Amino acid sequence: MFGAGGGTSSYREVEETDVLFLWGANARDAHPIFFHHVLKGVRRGATLFVVDPRRTASAQWADDWLGLNVGSDIALANAMAREIIHAGLANDAFIKHATSDFDAYRNSVEKYTLEFAERETGVPADVIRRAAHSYARADRAIICWTLGITEHHNAVDNVLSLINLALLTGHVGKYGSGVNPLRGQNNVQGGGDMGAIPNRLVGFQDWTTDEGLRKKFESAWGVSLQPKYGKNLTDMFNAMEHGELHGIYAIGENPAHAEADQHRAQRLLESLDTLVVQDIFLTRTAELAHVVLPASASWCESEGTVTNSERRVQRVRKALDPPEGARDDMWIISEIARRLGSDWGQPTAEAVWNEVRTLAPIFTGMTYARLDASGGLQWPCYDEQHPGELFLHSRLWQEPRGGPPAPFSVVEHDPPLERPDAEYPFQLTTGRRLDSYNTGVQTGGYTSPLRRPETLDMSPEDVTRLGLDEGDTVRITSRRGSVVAPVHVDPGLRPGLVFMTLHFQDDVRTNVLTVDYTDPKSGTAEFKACAVRVERALVEARV
Amino acid sequence: MDLHLSKVEPSAEERDAVDAFLGAPATGWDGGTRQARDQHTAAGGHAARSRRHLLLPALQAIQSRIGWISEGALSYVCLRLAVPPAEAYGVATFYALLSTTPRPKRVLHVCDDIACRCKGAEDLCAELEKSDAFFIRSPCLGLCDQAPVALLTVAGPNPEERLFGGVTAAMAKKVLKGETPDGTDRIPLPQKGDTSLRLLARVGVVDPESLDDYRARGGYVALRRALEIGPEAVIREVTDAKLMGRGGAAFPTGRKWDAVAKHAVRPHYLVCNADESEPGTFKDRVLMEEDPFGLVEAMTVAAYATGCERGFIYLRGEYPLAYERLANAIAQARARGFLGERIMGRPLRLDIEIRRGGGAYICGEETAVFNSIEGYRGEPRNKPPFPVESGLFGKPTVINNVETLVNVLEILRIGGPAYAAIGTPGSTGPRLFCLSGCVAKPGVYEVPFGATLRQLLDLAGGVAGGRPLRAILLGGAAGVFVRPDELDMPLTFEGVQAARATLGSGVIMVFDDRVDMTDILRRIAAFFRDESCGQCVPCRVGTVRQEEALHRLQARKTIGTVQDEMALLEEVGQAMKDASICGLGQTAYSAIQSAVTRLRLYDGATT
Repeated sequence: MFGAGGGTSSYREVEETDVLFLWGANARDAHPIFFHHVLKGVRRGATLFVVDPRRTASAQWADDWLGLNVGSDIALANAMAREIIHAGLANDAFIKHATSDFDAYRNSVEKYTLEFAERETGVPADVIRRAAHSYARADRAIICWTLGITEHHNAVDNVLSLINLALLTGHVGKYGSGVNPLRGQNNVQGGGDMGAIPNRLVGFQDWTTDEGLRKKFESAWGVSLQPKYGKNLTDMFNAMEHGELHGIYAIGENPAHAEADQHRAQRLLESLDTLVVQDIFLTRTAELAHVVLPASASWCESEGTVTNSERRVQRVRKALDPPEGARDDMWIISEIARRLGSDWGQPTAEAVWNEVRTLAPIFTGMTYARLDASGGLQWPCYDEQHPGELFLHSRLWQEPRGGPPAPFSVVEHDPPLERPDAEYPFQLTTGRRLDSYNTGVQTGGYTSPLRRPETLDMSPEDVTRLGLDEGDTVRITSRRGSVVAPVHVDPGLRPGLVFMTLHFQDDVRTNVLTVDYTDPKSGTAEFKACAVRVERALVEARV
Repeated sequence: MDLHLSKVEPSAEERDAVDAFLGAPATGWDGGTRQARDQHTAAGGHAARSRRHLLLPALQAIQSRIGWISEGALSYVCLRLAVPPAEAYGVATFYALLSTTPRPKRVLHVCDDIACRCKGAEDLCAELEKSDAFFIRSPCLGLCDQAPVALLTVAGPNPEERLFGGVTAAMAKKVLKGETPDGTDRIPLPQKGDTSLRLLARVGVVDPESLDDYRARGGYVALRRALEIGPEAVIREVTDAKLMGRGGAAFPTGRKWDAVAKHAVRPHYLVCNADESEPGTFKDRVLMEEDPFGLVEAMTVAAYATGCERGFIYLRGEYPLAYERLANAIAQARARGFLGERIMGRPLRLDIEIRRGGGAYICGEETAVFNSIEGYRGEPRNKPPFPVESGLFGKPTVINNVETLVNVLEILRIGGPAYAAIGTPGSTGPRLFCLSGCVAKPGVYEVPFGATLRQLLDLAGGVAGGRPLRAILLGGAAGVFVRPDELDMPLTFEGVQAARATLGSGVIMVFDDRVDMTDILRRIAAFFRDESCGQCVPCRVGTVRQEEALHRLQARKTIGTVQDEMALLEEVGQAMKDASICGLGQTAYSAIQSAVTRLRLYDGATT
């Protein structure tokens, strides 16, 4: 947010806020540990709004469920903004003190009347109004989102529309108010922290625009750095398509199953000159690889740190020796460097961390000793006296304001690119269940009493209309491919909307159906929206 | 939330029973037909979950319409109230008056508890078992002066509930066929017409269904006086009167009221504990049936003094007449400005709601009352926090027994100091006693504190038929047995304490020489085993072990010697006393211990 890639609030604030939005987030199933913090907040009396096309398990806990049409988030957010402005509930003092570009924003949301929003989102105007007033009137309010916001062709705009709401009401930069993407793993945040993203180095530092920064890294590493961003995953696949990319070194990633339009993804991976996969499992991608490097399990067979969704850096300690043949990621990388002619030795995790501390100011104060003693510190932590920050951007409230103002962004409603039509009349959206994780690499090997095989989830009305029954096998076809799955009645879905997971790629390859329209700003594909046809399958054959 | 509901649908009648109580569902999400609007919004959250307290009454609505609660009906209630089915099932199976297996519409609950046993309840049950009559054995039904007794419940659109006294097998069969039995008039109050009565002055005299008659006989004098002197002064009067709780624990009422009145957290709640279920106790029933406006007025005074705007009467489920009369009294009081907004024209607001118990002795424990009202299993809570801090819905709560509250009317009528002059310095005011068992004139008796056990027994005409006295049970199943040579014990808090006995809820149950005391003990043990909520191990396991040992003793099949069994009973009893969460487990061995040590019941017994 405003330059730093992390949620602004702490879990404790979620427990002590007054109004909480889960927007495009089914945390009850997909972030069950985080949801415990939500439940504590709810128990203390916080009002919960859940914005989701499906009435999910999370939505069942909500005071109001806003069941918007897939991909109409900006229409909803902008209409809330217009309502807040017209009702005189905008935080004028904060807007003046801490933000910029408000006039353009105000003008841009003017056309988003409640009536327009009801038409586009399907959510009744009175409910949108209630949500807007509740958010704006709250003393403390937090918005959390997940992939329902970001797995769209206009992902960044979706996020900006929510940040706009926070700026409009001053719900950022103070205790109990904030904007937070929920991370799907214990260390998604840590990956970004360490620069495992194409446009920032460790500590979210942009070496392309800041000469001084570049020099700092160049002198530390003894190499020269090109002042240009790398490619995100989507760009990489496009580059493979165009013959510009011939080799991939995938560490802990399973793109053969996780990418949208899976037929294409596998074809491109198979066409590479070199595919190296470093993983703790022999994934589908690893099966395609020329070289597989078995890695140790980082949560129990390695030393290091992880960063959670509240920016808390925590120590990970080695408890077990890895099985024969598997090596620590750091050992493998160092060894590759050595064989490529650059001998880094075999540094300890702490030595690498100390290098991070010297190069990234937000981690400088976090010695291993402090991390051990405190049980984890929240970045930024600039020196060894700094306690870390509970929430980000308090600077926006300082007198005088610290740093530049936070800008409003003009964003417009832009529905999903592939919409249902006569040939493909159903909107398919994808997501996760409580008992499984992503493509199932980490969860498929364990049994769960909750787990049921992949299904096509469908509203009771549609099931009846198509003459189907629970468990009947159907063929689901999009413009890209076709899969077969049993049908499951879910009253949480409305007519025209169907749902599948991506957990059972070996049985039902849902991502054969999805589109790879991607957001040019983030590189994320529109997993959440594609059009499909559903027919009774005459032969129960697998694709 | 996270409701995983059964796919079994309710029948139309079950749905109607629930909707008649909760109102028709508003949307497709809570049981109605799915509307277009439901596709895009649903209200739930706090509003839905705040209706949890309606769970028990909703289940009772099904029970009284259908006669039992089916899976479909339970599931529908869960959907309507956003309660997980497992929790609702836990509640439904907690209460004896609710059934989750099919039952006939017409059911007779026949009391086979200790007072009724003295009057042939076992023979009655044996007789009924030989016929095809459907009946269920029940613990004490609170009509012990008319033993043996039974409660009839008839499910249907116009459900019927009725308590019968003096039940014979012929009468029971007749009732089960739907005929009205003869001779079911209640025994009149033994002391009726005695002008010295304070608590019972109106009982049998006033028309219990008329607010005007109540007012003509001294009603609403106390509330007027309270409004004149102000809430602090009311608490001062109650404190000066040295009123002690009559529910069994004898806690100073003034202190309790003062703590709630001064508590900053709002709202405050008032709960009248009318779940009179201690075997042998029926005084509160008499007060509520015969002078219901008195309780309503007393609660209004208590609410005024302590700053409560909502009051609950948690009434024993087995008291249908008390329910009718109290409901009528509340409705009349509300219609005439004695409840609701601006009571008696003052800025005073109170409404009272009756919640009926479901047949669970444990729900007389004060914190179990709260859980039961809130829609949970009636399991006691750990204390502290005490109810004055965190009671009903976690708020400061005044909880008093019926008799305690009714005393407040007398305190305001004559003043705290004058009230304190009644009785003894340590036990002030009048006290109600419930005489039952082998006594000539059973019933509720009012005496000033200080009367001896012998005086009470004489008042009730002594042992029936002039037979020799074997023992007296003081204080109910949770009380103690005393011997015939202990009759000069003064019935005061200090008097019984000195004698290592208890007044409990005012039970004086008389046993003559013909009663098989080992059978009485076994029934007491069975009662505690059945009524233990099962929450804490000492009580859950201890009450079973205790009953088993008594069975073995009765059947002369002891493990080891009689002395070994005595040692086991003592050890289990001590564990229950030391380690149980609530009074049930703590007193489950009390009567049995006294039978061993005071009555020497097993002295000379052989294996």
